[in-house]
Amino acid sequence: MNVRDIVERLSLEVKTAKGDLQREVRGCYISDLLSDVMANAREGELWITLQTHPNIIAVAVLKNLAGIIITNKRTPEEETLKKAGDEGVTIAVSQSPTFEVGGKLYTILQC
Amino acid sequence: MSSGRAIEGSFHLTGGDFTNAGAASSELKSILTNLGISLAIVRRAAIATFEAEMNVIIHAVAGVMYYQVTADSIKVILNDMGPGIPDIGLAMQEGYSTAPDWIREMGWGAGMGLPNMKKNSDEFKVDSVVGEGTTVEIVIRIKEESP
Ligand SMILES: Nc1ncnc2c1ncn2[C@@H]1O[C@H](COP(=O)(O)OP(=O)(O)O)[C@@H](O)[C@H]1O
Ligand SMILES: [Mg+2]
Repeated sequence: MNVRDIVERLSLEVKTAKGDLQREVRGCYISDLLSDVMANAREGELWITLQTHPNIIAVAVLKNLAGIIITNKRTPEEETLKKAGDEGVTIAVSQSPTFEVGGKLYTILQC
Repeated sequence: MSSGRAIEGSFHLTGGDFTNAGAASSELKSILTNLGISLAIVRRAAIATFEAEMNVIIHAVAGVMYYQVTADSIKVILNDMGPGIPDIGLAMQEGYSTAPDWIREMGWGAGMGLPNMKKNSDEFKVDSVVGEGTTVEIVIRIKEESP
């Protein structure tokens, strides 16, 4: 399962041009606490969060995550998208709340 | 890496500069990766140094992140000018944070930074003088100690 498959199945909108949509997704981590993600997310996972500020890109780069899904109709800040472009991090947004996005992704990644 | 020679350098950190937060740790991560240090070690260094960098940005006025890499270890020292830490034992407790609400809304201030640094280091030291600043020293061994 790669990032593009998940974008399609969850009807996400990709906000970045340079991220690697072919990248294999190895799991998912859900948290809005950045230190928690630093401590517990694993390489190759998608990260579901409400956070929209530029520091999420640094976290995604340092943890080598597969991409970030921002939920609940939130939009990433301008500076966040610029940094995501510089670093090649994929950001996708969802209109749905975290529970729904996480629940669907859980089902998809189980099979 | 050729033994005996140390690779060293430093980065300046500015308190409150959230826009560039993580730049020093990302750069150091690239340096370590390019030195051929194993992924598992680089990962630990990235977590520890990013949390330490964030603490300078969140809690202090300005600081320097200095690194020294030898064949045996990665040593990173963060020295800041800032309020200092009155009770280091308390600050080390998981969940303890003095970060204001707007920092918490960004997802920082969970009080996990110092514990994360300690967990990912082989040696970890914090020294602080209230009203002057804080020094954090992180050592991660590259070579397994001989049994
Ligand atoms: N460099 C520093 N300068 C001043 N205070 C600090 C510094 N680093 C940590 N602290 C203090 O220690 C507390 C705990 O730090 P930490 O575990 O990183 O959690 P957090 O940064 O989420 O608050 C901080 O809230 C702050 O009071
Ligand atoms: Mg901290």
